[in-house]
Amino acid sequence: MQATTTEKTEHTEHHDHHHHDIGFLRSYVFSTDHKIIGIQYGVTALAFLLFGFFLVLLMRFQIGYPGETIPVVGGLLEKLLGDVAAEGKMQPDLYNAFGAMHGTIMVFLGVVPLAFAAFGNYVVPLQIGAIDMAFPRINMVSYQCYAAGGVIMFVSFFIPGGAAQAGWTSYSPLATVIPTNGQTFWILGMVMLITSSLLGSVNFIATIIQLRAPGMTWMRMPFFVWTQFITGFILLLAFPPLEAASVMQLMDRLFDTSFYLPSGLVLSGQPVTQISGGGSPLLWQHLFWFLGHPEVYVLILPAMGVVAEVLACNARRPLWGYRSLVYSVLAVGFISFIVWAHHMYVTGMGTKISTFFQTTTMIISIPSVIILTCLFISLWGGSIRFNTPMCFALAFLPMFGIGGLTGLPLGFNFADLLLHDSYYVIAHFHYVVAPGTIFGLLAGVYFWYPKMTGRLMNEALGQVHFWASLIFMNLIFMPMFAQGMAGMSRRMSDGGAVYAAQAEGMVNEGVIGALSASVIEWNKSITFAACGLMIAQIPFIINFFWSMNNGRKATDNPWNATTLDWQTPTPPPHGNFDKPIAAYRGPYEYSQEGHPTDFTPQNQPDPVKS
Amino acid sequence: MEIPYTTQPREDTGLYNAKLGIWLFLASEVMLFGALFSSYILLRVGAAEGAWPHGLMNIPIGTFNTVVLITSSVTVVLSWAALKLGNFKRYQKIQAVTVICALGFLGIKTTEYNEKFHHYEIWFNEPMTVAEHPNLMNQSFVEETTINKELIGTVPSLIGHLNYIDKDGEKHHAGIAWTLATLKEKEIEEIEFELDTFHYRIPARIQAQIKKSGKYDKGEHETIRVQVSDLRRMSAFVPAHSTFFAIYFTMTALHALHVLAGAIVIAYILWRNNKLWKRDPERYTNRVEVSGLFWHFVDLVWIFLFPILYLL
Amino acid sequence: MEEQSTFWQWQKDILSMPPLGSRHGDDVDVFIIYVHWLMLFLFVLWTAYFFYVLFRYNSRSNPKADPVGVRSHYSTYLEIGVAVVEAILLLAIAIPMWAKTVDDFPKDEDSTVMRLAAEQFTWGSRYTGKNGLFAKQDIRLATPENLLGYEANDPNGDASDDVTPPPKDVRVPLIALKDENGEPLKHPDGKQAYKPVIIHLTSKDVIHSLKVNTLRICQDAMPGMTIPIHFEPTVTGRYLITCAQLCGNGHASMNAWFSVVTEEEFDEWQAEYAPAKPGAAPISFE
Ligand code: HEA
Ligand code: HEA
Ligand code: CUA
Ligand SMILES: [Cu+2]
Repeated sequence: MQATTTEKTEHTEHHDHHHHDIGFLRSYVFSTDHKIIGIQYGVTALAFLLFGFFLVLLMRFQIGYPGETIPVVGGLLEKLLGDVAAEGKMQPDLYNAFGAMHGTIMVFLGVVPLAFAAFGNYVVPLQIGAIDMAFPRINMVSYQCYAAGGVIMFVSFFIPGGAAQAGWTSYSPLATVIPTNGQTFWILGMVMLITSSLLGSVNFIATIIQLRAPGMTWMRMPFFVWTQFITGFILLLAFPPLEAASVMQLMDRLFDTSFYLPSGLVLSGQPVTQISGGGSPLLWQHLFWFLGHPEVYVLILPAMGVVAEVLACNARRPLWGYRSLVYSVLAVGFISFIVWAHHMYVTGMGTKISTFFQTTTMIISIPSVIILTCLFISLWGGSIRFNTPMCFALAFLPMFGIGGLTGLPLGFNFADLLLHDSYYVIAHFHYVVAPGTIFGLLAGVYFWYPKMTGRLMNEALGQVHFWASLIFMNLIFMPMFAQGMAGMSRRMSDGGAVYAAQAEGMVNEGVIGALSASVIEWNKSITFAACGLMIAQIPFIINFFWSMNNGRKATDNPWNATTLDWQTPTPPPHGNFDKPIAAYRGPYEYSQEGHPTDFTPQNQPDPVKS
Repeated sequence: MEIPYTTQPREDTGLYNAKLGIWLFLASEVMLFGALFSSYILLRVGAAEGAWPHGLMNIPIGTFNTVVLITSSVTVVLSWAALKLGNFKRYQKIQAVTVICALGFLGIKTTEYNEKFHHYEIWFNEPMTVAEHPNLMNQSFVEETTINKELIGTVPSLIGHLNYIDKDGEKHHAGIAWTLATLKEKEIEEIEFELDTFHYRIPARIQAQIKKSGKYDKGEHETIRVQVSDLRRMSAFVPAHSTFFAIYFTMTALHALHVLAGAIVIAYILWRNNKLWKRDPERYTNRVEVSGLFWHFVDLVWIFLFPILYLL
Repeated sequence: MEEQSTFWQWQKDILSMPPLGSRHGDDVDVFIIYVHWLMLFLFVLWTAYFFYVLFRYNSRSNPKADPVGVRSHYSTYLEIGVAVVEAILLLAIAIPMWAKTVDDFPKDEDSTVMRLAAEQFTWGSRYTGKNGLFAKQDIRLATPENLLGYEANDPNGDASDDVTPPPKDVRVPLIALKDENGEPLKHPDGKQAYKPVIIHLTSKDVIHSLKVNTLRICQDAMPGMTIPIHFEPTVTGRYLITCAQLCGNGHASMNAWFSVVTEEEFDEWQAEYAPAKPGAAPISFE
């Protein structure tokens, strides 16, 4: 990415002399500048998102056309991976490996690094008026840990036996007894990623508490900073238990301990006597979901923050109910720690415990409703500009709404009897993470791109990307609700071929409740839509690289925004601000009475002189 | 361009950056060890009756190590206080004691581990009977106390040192952390088991009787010969031995890593960072303070670990 | 299938719910339908609002934004409304229903009792036979021939007539209950009562999950634990068991039949496989 620009703005001289004799490695690879680190995170994370998408595309082919040779890349897969892709067909091991790694990569290598680390790194110090993060060197190490974790995960595809195959949830005993070392790689990779988030979150929280510019009080912080702050706390406190759990799973795999293995296991017909037993499979689940649930708010909160920024700016009016928004994210942050067992309703949970977790699950939906309501109402009375970032931000609202609302039935264990492990769950969470989070983050990419590169992304390509993505996303995930309700299960490596066979053979045998042919037919159309979605990303990728050098030049504040990130030179020099910066007002003073422009930057002192 | 508040505290928070950073880091450490403590509770509560070993830890050594670690916590504070008063020499002396204590702790822990790795427990396929192992009867204490056939017949497992007999009938010491699989691999058919009389899995009531009889002799090691084919399982006192040792080794090893890391940091500041003291004493003192906070945390973890692993 | 009013059936069809074969399943369905009404209400409301806003307040129709915006408190009422409805669903339906499903176990002697063991990648059942007792089981006795560790000469339970059918074929009888007078026994809501089924579910290796959509049951099978579940079947038929927990490479093929059959059919079938040879626990045929 361009770190300097030849653009002749009044700031040019100022930032040119910062870049003279620092070597390439120091300025781009081992940089301690939060902006460079943010960009490193962003590019790596986008690449992983694309990779995760490729994996799922191949899985989708298996679901749509069980047992058939994968077109185009089938042969390549066989060459790269060997038997698991014999004849270019997807064997169950491969499907399971892709499924587990799709989940892991999307969540831990794609969305978290993009939403938290990339945007957080780039934008948060700018928005609070800081010259850098509180601990720049730790920041660099954090990225390196992330990269190492990514490499470990990536390499695991190519070892004998292949990558992890026990789902992104890696439930023991399965994860312990699976022979492939990919499972061990997975654990080691996770430990690196957890370390990375830990360093990142310490840094973010310390930065937000310590380095706010004069006048940047808590209630003057942009909502995005708030969401990053809470996300930081969630990562800080929820990840370590997973680290502990991972260490124990590693012990189980490498040192034959029995943390998660009960007494009396009988594996492939042989009683297992060489381990001590006495462990508990539920222990892993509790520790995993203690992270796992807060983790989903790590996925969504930063996206909500981005959406709030984009929304306020492009509706040209203040966020409605800023305080309720802040209190709601605080509440979400706290409550997210006590709802985890709603992923475990069917493990044989007693009434008391399940009552507790159902209640907390319902309680946590209230702040989410409030956040959504505030964002919706912020539009009322606005003067909405439909540029690409705004389109993505607007689409986020109903898409997250659908995903969130369908979380409600899942939150009641009674309904979970039918819905658990079905495609209904898949549809629920993809609505929140794909057209939800991913759209929010894409809004952010289009929105801050000019700040990072000095050039705007192309609007026409952006609109094509947006509309195609919106349509295909819904074509992919909407039918899954019906499939799930009808009883189609997730994680089926035969892609439901067994269902299909039964649907055919069964009707005359008086079988009740098998999947109908039409439900199975959906698999094909979803697969097509997924291909469509992939194609829809091409304009984005072109746009992303092409605009770096050829996009329309951006001024320092191309969107006429109020927050401090836009009151710096573009792109911001080392040290960010060319003059001492202070905040004199709230973050969203758009269209205020008695002001000459329809936006009043936060660093504009009162009284305003025009 | 200097990042603000690296040395001086920020007014409204009263903290300098590193101090806030270390508090946050410690919060995450609390969650890390908290998860392990919770796992300990869950495993212990869920353990089958009699499956949770008691009395296998060396309490005197553990106590001594606790004292060592507490001493280091005191010296860490004292050395920091000396720095605050500007007495660098005194700081150096006291802080050196901290480092020595840390190394001492690790050394003692290592010997403890080593002792565990060399003890074995064997489980029999069938409940063991005296008749099958007549040499057990020769043990003086068995003869003269009320311990009789019936008792030994119910002993499900034995604890002791492991020797094996090779094909030529020669006796060798076994290595570290062998299992039945190791024996089978080495085609060993017979083992000689040097019983550790103190660690019999004997009900406390009867253990007391043995002790009262005066025949109990800790130094005396009786040996029995056992066919490998009679064994159901064999394990040294390594993590795989039982869930207790699994969590014991995991927690103490993780803790030892923290001790090691803390010791390295403290030693680094002490011996390699002195230029900073000349240039910016306040910043240097802050570093010592931050490493000291971490050190206190490491101690605190041990204060919890000691009772739950050794005493309860 | 029991006749349901067309309106209910219509709602279920819209949601593409599978047919129903158990008593508590009716409550599950009703509950899911209620929640979806709530969701639909919110969705329609917000979508209507959303499109109105996009249309009314785009920069062309409204060049100058209003910094104050909404002044009314309807949104607060809406939020409170959502909270109240959720609370009602939770307190009035979900919690009591769950309590009933989990806690109110019928007596063993009034039920069809069976054990079901999951393993990679099959299901094996065991029935008590005539005497209503299972052989005593101790997993430490497990050998390759006796995978579930049933005691061969168990003095208490009586293994001699335990029934061990082949795997992947689970059957329970549908027995309409009668009261003392020989009249059909009815539930308070007027529906016929059937003999409940109790399944003691366990797993030999990894975690599996017993899911029978038509019966609206879903319960993880945990190694090292035996978890009892109960339900009341209401119609005969062959239903599909799927394994609802990723359990390895054969997970997708770990399906089986769960048949609810007439009493005569059930007895005949039991006679076919009884008495089990001691220790002949269900093993995989694959
Ligand atoms: C970003 C991620 C994210 C978010 C935000 C959520 C949010 C919620 N989730 Fe979800 N969830 C996941 C990601 C997420 N989830 C994932 C990844 C899984 C599966 C894990 C696995 O098993 O692999 C999962 C699974 C999952 C389960 C387990 C299902 C099962 O396995 O059986 C449950 C059960 O309670 C649940 C509940 C909820 C609830 C109640 C919310 C609530 O927080 C939702 C609150 C939001 C609302 C109530 C919407 C409010 C909006 C409006 C009112 C406006 C509406 C307007 C319009 C529609 C225009 N989720
Ligand atoms: C953040 C999380 C996330 C995201 C974004 C996605 C995105 C997608 N997911 Fe995934 N999914 C999971 C998390 C996620 N998923 C998890 C946790 C599971 C469960 C795994 C398990 O069972 O263990 C799962 C499972 C899962 C399944 C079920 C598999 C099964 O159970 O057998 C399916 C099936 O269709 C699926 C499909 C998709 C599709 C089509 C997308 C699409 O929406 C993808 C869209 C992607 C993009 C639009 C990429 C955009 C980025 C770019 C274009 C990059 C450009 C690059 C540069 C400029 C350099 N996912
Ligand atoms: Cu058994 Cu999946
Ligand atoms: Cu959750």
